[in-house]
Amino acid sequence: MSYSVTAPSSRTKLFSGLVVSLYALITLAPLLWIIATGFKSGQDSIHYPPKVLFEPTLEGYVNLFTTRTRIPSDQVAKEPASMSWYEEIVNKKGEMIAGPSKYGERFLNSTVIGFGSTALCMLLGTMAAYAFSRFKVPLKDDLLFFILSTRMMPPIAVAIPIFLMFKNLGLNDTYLGMIMLYTAVNLSLSVWLLKGFMDEIPVEYEEAALIDGYTRFEAFLKVVLPQAITGIASTAIFCLIFAWNEYAFAVLLTSGDAQTAPPFIPTIIGVSGKDWPAVAAGATLFLVPVMVFTVLLRKHLLRGITFGAVRK
Amino acid sequence: MLQPFIDKLVQKTPSSVSSRVRGLSDKKLAWLFVGPTILLLLAINIFPLIWTIYLSFTNYRVNRPNRDVKWVDLRNYERILTDSDIWQTMQATAHFLISTIVLQVVIGFTLAFLINKKFKGNDLLTTLIVLPMMLSPAVVGNFWTFLYQPQIGLFNYVISFFSGIDPSSFSMIGDVHLAPWAIVIVDTWMWTPFVMLICLAGLRSIPDSIYEAAECDRASQWRQFWTITVPMVLPFLMLAVLFRGIENFKMFDLVVQLTGGGPGSLTTLSSIDLKREAFEKWKTGYSSAYAVILFVTVFGLASIYVKALNKVKDR
Repeated sequence: MSYSVTAPSSRTKLFSGLVVSLYALITLAPLLWIIATGFKSGQDSIHYPPKVLFEPTLEGYVNLFTTRTRIPSDQVAKEPASMSWYEEIVNKKGEMIAGPSKYGERFLNSTVIGFGSTALCMLLGTMAAYAFSRFKVPLKDDLLFFILSTRMMPPIAVAIPIFLMFKNLGLNDTYLGMIMLYTAVNLSLSVWLLKGFMDEIPVEYEEAALIDGYTRFEAFLKVVLPQAITGIASTAIFCLIFAWNEYAFAVLLTSGDAQTAPPFIPTIIGVSGKDWPAVAAGATLFLVPVMVFTVLLRKHLLRGITFGAVRK
Repeated sequence: MLQPFIDKLVQKTPSSVSSRVRGLSDKKLAWLFVGPTILLLLAINIFPLIWTIYLSFTNYRVNRPNRDVKWVDLRNYERILTDSDIWQTMQATAHFLISTIVLQVVIGFTLAFLINKKFKGNDLLTTLIVLPMMLSPAVVGNFWTFLYQPQIGLFNYVISFFSGIDPSSFSMIGDVHLAPWAIVIVDTWMWTPFVMLICLAGLRSIPDSIYEAAECDRASQWRQFWTITVPMVLPFLMLAVLFRGIENFKMFDLVVQLTGGGPGSLTTLSSIDLKREAFEKWKTGYSSAYAVILFVTVFGLASIYVKALNKVKDR
């Protein structure tokens, strides 16, 4: 290794590493606690002092996906042989399964609306970003700023007329309405990010294609798109995460058919009061996919969260 | 509502689109590509905004659709600006904004500074630290109410473990002195990594040669920090503050799930108050005026701030 006057000493490195590790430990504790609570029994979850070591159970997950009723104590474990494993777990607590809960539906709604709006957003965003990157669009800077400024509005501020508009058009609490809304919300992000990615693709490639007899549209499809694919993929993941996490519009504009998971998870309750293991189980299933995506995205993370303002 | 737009679009679109799109001139292609985005934003952002502005001058109420809608001039605005409750809400919002930004800048910058010492495994730790900010604020906020429970909550337990205070003697969410800090703590937990990432990009943008030159001139570490590091990271830091400022001015999901605006109305931030007026009391005209005021405030503050930011950048 060559000697450098500016390289930090090994003592500085050790100290920095320790402090940052400590911070990471503190900041991850609540997330680990969510995951752990999902595997606790009801009693363990509210134990004092809080239990770090416990016997894992799938009770929370079973409760998450079912609604249950109490049964008289003499009926408990009468015929355990004919019971499936999840019925057994419920039966041990003196309850029986009454039916499926709404969690599955809400999770599916989140998936449909998330992927639907992301697909639409990428279609519109890619086209607009290409035009802004390559063509002379009149009032380009104004239009780009207008697109960005739509992000500054508090969601509640536009929610009133959107609520009225959707009511008149019959779009309240529908997939179509929510997909259109989330697409509009995410367009600012996708246009700005994608424009940055497209600016980085040298124009020479297209020019060569045009000389070879491609039309502009063909050049866009066959030359630019394949090169922009990493950018498009990471932008898509950002749009998906934002749509996945959105709460304000979801809680105001959906209540039944199209309700997504974020407004639903906090309302999960058990037979007697708040069922924290079930809430934690629901949260875990909902949050873990995002954690995985974040790890995949790590190289483009900074760019995504700053609308392309900071590139590494 | 959208019919005129759609009609026009149908008229202008040729019958055999697919075959003709290929031969379009650049100019037409540009409009074809930008058009749908602009139309959607007009329909879902600008049209509602104009409608909000119109409603803000009326006494319209969604829950009484048959009542005559009267034009009330500026009366809604007058009532809002003279309402002491709303000023209290604004104060709560300001407290939240300033505390979160100060804490996140201090902790975020420190972390970035330490990570930039390039110790082994700094990439992995950065990725782990970043996780909270990507998660759903409503879902995470809801779980924090569990961590904040007196007696059984992990947060209270850890505090009592290190300070010896009885964990059931204080409630972060229920206490009038603690609740405003309860929301600040969770927001800081969630968004410090955001500031950290941007600061890290700033620190990494400083070329080593500058420090080497300073070393040759025998400038002390302390001096190098204040004359090189801080000024060069400042534009990045200001950008981070802008983003956090706008986001926290709009703050709704996390705080609604954490405290619901309580105790009393101590943590009722502007967005939460607005939601109550609009969707619980159904004062549509009144809350539209409220929305316009909030939007103008955030837009105005952001514009002034961006001007300052550009000055720092150009320096």
